[in-house]
Amino acid sequence: MARKIARAPLDYLNMPAMKAWLAGVFIFLYTPLMILILFSFNDSKANVVWKGFTLKWYVKAFENTQLREALFNSLLIAGVCTVISVVLGALMAFVFWRFKFPFKGPLESGMNLPIVVPEICFGVAVLMFFAKIGFPNDLPYPFNLTQIILAHVTFAFPFVAIVVRARLESFNPELEAAALDLGASRHQAFRDVIIPHMKPGLIAGGLLAFTLSLDDFVITFFASGPGTITFPVKVYSMVRFSVTPEVNAASTIIILITVLATVLALRAQSATTKES
Amino acid sequence: MQDWREDKTFFRATIALPVIWFMIFFVVPMAMVWAYSVGENVGPVDVAITGTFSNYAKAFSPEVLKVMWNSVWLALATTVICLIVAFPVALAMTFADEKQKTWLLLLIMLPFWTNLLIRTYALIAVMRNSGVINSGLEGLHNLLGVFGMQMGVFEPLPLLYNKFAVVVGLVYVHLPFMVLPLYAALDRLDKSLIEASLDLGAGHLETIRRVIAPLATPGIAAGLVITFIPALGAYLTPDLLGGPDDLMIASLIERQFKRANDWPFGAALSFILMYITLIFFAIRAFMERKGGKVGAH
Repeated sequence: MARKIARAPLDYLNMPAMKAWLAGVFIFLYTPLMILILFSFNDSKANVVWKGFTLKWYVKAFENTQLREALFNSLLIAGVCTVISVVLGALMAFVFWRFKFPFKGPLESGMNLPIVVPEICFGVAVLMFFAKIGFPNDLPYPFNLTQIILAHVTFAFPFVAIVVRARLESFNPELEAAALDLGASRHQAFRDVIIPHMKPGLIAGGLLAFTLSLDDFVITFFASGPGTITFPVKVYSMVRFSVTPEVNAASTIIILITVLATVLALRAQSATTKES
Repeated sequence: MQDWREDKTFFRATIALPVIWFMIFFVVPMAMVWAYSVGENVGPVDVAITGTFSNYAKAFSPEVLKVMWNSVWLALATTVICLIVAFPVALAMTFADEKQKTWLLLLIMLPFWTNLLIRTYALIAVMRNSGVINSGLEGLHNLLGVFGMQMGVFEPLPLLYNKFAVVVGLVYVHLPFMVLPLYAALDRLDKSLIEASLDLGAGHLETIRRVIAPLATPGIAAGLVITFIPALGAYLTPDLLGGPDDLMIASLIERQFKRANDWPFGAALSFILMYITLIFFAIRAFMERKGGKVGAH
């Protein structure tokens, strides 16, 4: 006879049914990704049966000039987008946290719209915008990525603002008052007191902007001029034709970068909550 | 909180950049789409803004309505499945200890941070005819054949390029959207109410139905909206996992801009999707205010 293990009534996590449910959910979420990673090391083109360990698909992915270019473009776009988004997001968070001004509520809701608007709507808007203002389509590399960067920053910086704003809530205004009392100017106090306090928020927000940019397909698809290719756009065209281990290898690299960014972002964020 | 007039220069210096950026790269493009949605094609590339509603009227033609109905139906199915799958997860997270909470959150969030295209591609690799599921089934089928059962020729399950695949893909992608607001709402519940309900003899399911669910309504509403809206506007998932009959509204919009080259009609469709989004978020904001600020974000 199985002995019933004593369990608090609200200890849902230890209910066998709940454990099974959670296991099911995580199997559903992770099996496809695990299989994708596993088969990037599989010595078989067919992608179904395990034929032995190999790194040749990684070599192939790196030898694929277009894929490499696409990957590099995506990282470059994400990098530039992160820097601009962090600056804009931090300023936005600061202004709404600090000041009272007319039309503040509507403006704040409006500036959060890029977060809720369906990607496809913003995508076509960007396409139309760049077509109508006659944005040059034939700029030399890397300036032909400008449209994509501008579009990515527009939807990424409100996300940064949310993260930074959460961080600012834990700021003790007396610190700034003390800095001002001690003779610092407003700008000095902002630079030397408030920005250092924002820092974990800036890091977490920056990593969020980086992943959002790296992840984006729809808006890039509409914003990119002819001839510019990013990683998601390239994978999209490859997936349309067939499933190849080469795509698995390239995807695994991206997953690795994302996991790393996520872990770093969570670290930064947990530092935020611990201090406050 | 400081009044902006107390320090005008500093206020202007900090607000200028984000607002200007937002105006140029968001408001102006969206306004252009809106203007186009009431415009007419007057040449291969020229569009006159005439204030017509014909583009919106076109959206009520049977073919377009079919796509809209399709989108709503698929997004709704996705949302309901997400709610059923996510609720126990959120409940388990609520009552887990701190360390388990962090891990569960991380496990839910990691796929969410992974590239959407990669996740869709991973699903294709699992679900296609020569994918892992069908190969496994084929192996099982052959094995049973070896043991002398009459099995006939193996037919792979048609898992891809149909509505089933689209819903699986949408659930796969949107599950975290549901878990997080539910968790945020459940985490704020007064746990003694649940204990009281259990003490007084209600079972777990009855407690969920009559105590937890009513109290978590704003969170559930938030989860429903946050899941339904992106699922409704999803482009990549139906495009890659669906068949030709499973077109959703986003693909239809994309066609007007790329292949069909009917920008005013595409703009109208895009704004219909925008209006639906805004209405849902307005309802959610209203409920949140009524429910005393319980919910996500």
